[in-house]
Amino acid sequence: MKYLPLVWRNLMRRKVRTIFTVLSILIAFILFGGLMAVRAAFTLGVEVAGADRLMTIHKVSLIQLLPKSYEDRIRSVEGVTDVTHANWFGGYYQEPANFLANMAVDPASWARMYPEFEMPEDQKKAWINDRSSAVVGIDTARKYNWKVGDRVPLISPIYRKPDGTPWDFTIAGIYDSKVKGTDKTQFFFHWQYINETFRNTPVSDQVGWYVIRVADPSTADQLAKRIDTLFANSPNETKTATEKAFVSDFAGQIGDIGAIVVRIAALVMGLILFVAGNAMAQSIRERINELGVLKTLGFGDGRILVLVLLESCTLALIGGAIGLAIAWVIIAQGDPTGGFLPAFYFPVRDLVLGVALVFGLGLATGIIPALQASRLKIVDALRRT
Amino acid sequence: MNWISQTIAVTGVTLRSIGQRLGSSAVAVVGIAGVVIVFTAVFSIAEGFRAAMRGTGDPQTAIVLRSGSDTEMTSGLSGDSARLITEAPGIEQGPDGPHASPELFVIVGHPMKRTGRDANVPLRGLSPAALKVRPAFRIVEGRMFQTGTNEIVVGRAASQQFNNLSVGSTVRWGESSWQVVGMFDAGGSVAESEIWCDARVLQPAYRRGNSYQSVYARLQSADSLQQFKDALTSDPRLNVTVIREPDYYAQQSEVLQLIITRIGYAIAVLMGLGAIFGAVNTMYSAVAARTREIATLRALGFSSGPVVVSVLVEAVMLSLLGGLIGGGLAWAAFDGYQTATMNWQSFSQVAFAFAVTPALLLQGLIYAVIMGLVGGLLPAIRAARLPVVTALRQL
Repeated sequence: MKYLPLVWRNLMRRKVRTIFTVLSILIAFILFGGLMAVRAAFTLGVEVAGADRLMTIHKVSLIQLLPKSYEDRIRSVEGVTDVTHANWFGGYYQEPANFLANMAVDPASWARMYPEFEMPEDQKKAWINDRSSAVVGIDTARKYNWKVGDRVPLISPIYRKPDGTPWDFTIAGIYDSKVKGTDKTQFFFHWQYINETFRNTPVSDQVGWYVIRVADPSTADQLAKRIDTLFANSPNETKTATEKAFVSDFAGQIGDIGAIVVRIAALVMGLILFVAGNAMAQSIRERINELGVLKTLGFGDGRILVLVLLESCTLALIGGAIGLAIAWVIIAQGDPTGGFLPAFYFPVRDLVLGVALVFGLGLATGIIPALQASRLKIVDALRRT
Repeated sequence: MNWISQTIAVTGVTLRSIGQRLGSSAVAVVGIAGVVIVFTAVFSIAEGFRAAMRGTGDPQTAIVLRSGSDTEMTSGLSGDSARLITEAPGIEQGPDGPHASPELFVIVGHPMKRTGRDANVPLRGLSPAALKVRPAFRIVEGRMFQTGTNEIVVGRAASQQFNNLSVGSTVRWGESSWQVVGMFDAGGSVAESEIWCDARVLQPAYRRGNSYQSVYARLQSADSLQQFKDALTSDPRLNVTVIREPDYYAQQSEVLQLIITRIGYAIAVLMGLGAIFGAVNTMYSAVAARTREIATLRALGFSSGPVVVSVLVEAVMLSLLGGLIGGGLAWAAFDGYQTATMNWQSFSQVAFAFAVTPALLLQGLIYAVIMGLVGGLLPAIRAARLPVVTALRQL
């Protein structure tokens, strides 16, 4: 600690170089944070998918619907503790560009299935009791400035009202979540509200997919097989898998965004290491004379090594800490694409990785000049100009 | 005149002395090359996707969807509406009737080669006139499916991206199985990511009765769109929107374009800033190393303008070099790289290749030069402002 003033003085000798080196490190860590958030967003929140939840869809594709009658048959399978269902409604608000994930669900069982969507108990009751009501995630509510009690019209190209008017929903509740990465943009309403409009048509009593809670997650795979055998050789065969598997399949369809992002981040870090390391090495080269003086005064090789490393680590720490902090603030503003990447957040794991990288950067840029400096012979050092 | 010759002389001296500062100059070049690589790579994704989408559009083709639908996926047209649409004026006529094809568009889950997991493949049911609407279509292997049978033809890209879709294989989706009898090429458009079959066979397989999702119509000429559109929108029995094919596919690529360009620009701007800081450092140390030399020039009567210019020229030369290296590497590594992604509007797979276009390379170079100019400016001003006497005394 007592060397800190000395380290500081050394850094301030060429203020401009120090400032620009710190700035480039800072930029690198802002980028690092942003890229990690992008990567997390493109996994579509797979990290928060419940391990004890299974999803059942139509075997052919997710756009095919399943009969509502499957619900009771799934519920009777041993090991299933709860079942709920949802339909992709595909509605938009005012104009098609206002994309919004909205689903027709059974409110009571849906709320039981997804406790991570948190809302006040009275709002939840109001939602369950009012058939034309809906709940919406806090991010979407903020975006359109919706309050509890507002009436929101949605137009769905998939489910058209016979008279062609929009569907009207009353906002009964707004959900939030303490779980990072939870999608807080979705809009849920009563499946019954839609279904009764289509009574006695081919789309009545059909659901998009089932969500199943299992008693023991370790038996989830066997249970999934048992459910699929239940409906084998029927006109509507099913495909059941864990929610995690579905989410990661879906994310996999977007492509290797994760791998591309990691490669870009690695390239950026490598470049910064290169540029900062060069600046560092240069500042040591300029001071060889002084290091010789320090050695003459009795500083040992080890101490010189530590001194130089302290200098590089201080640079990395200042730049890295501010950079990560700025990244944190930027990411906290949320999804930059306006609704397509709802799970946009800074994963704690990546933050820890970032801090580790800060120290790694400090050590890596300092180690070569530090070793050179510590191995200097006093006579050579003093002779050089 | 004097000013110009001074500038040329000083710049010559500066450039010749780069050799003595090879290390730090190389750092600047590498830094800028890295930024240009990332910039080019990210935008080549957007370019490639746009090219695949744009290649799909023929201005003489119109797509009819149910009004309010922005994709075929959510559209729906009854058999009667589809018939009315094909009879509308403005459509090219052939010996077998109007060149208009009512079509079905569904997706099926099928394992992808890359991940081994199911992904959504678009499966399109065609009417007999479909090939008249798509002049670019041609079979490259096997033959066309026969009407009324469970035969399918697969697009070239779909065949490459998905398991077991080569000519001669049989696939099973739900209750029905299908024989792959041919592979087609559609001029590199997104249609090559699709699988095609007979609409009349697909309707019962998906319990669609006699309904369709879209009508593809070949217009008499690119100008007949208005006539066609007016006829359909004024017909009280129909409730449809008509859109020219290129506009439709441009719309379909909007979301992905938006995501890539927003993220791409953010990355490019941040990395550019980082590279500018690196360039500033490099140029500062270049100026610092030449303090005495510059002061000598000034003492000999060279004015500060040429000195500023010479430093800037050096910075721009270095960044140009970096830009060329970066662009070249990006082109070698990414151009033509085949991949697939999800079309966010229809949730189905679209295959495309990264495209490093000349325009993109030029943009990368311009960006590199801007980074060099900005990075060189402060050090150049510093060089010009050095007081001659103190500078000569320094070191």
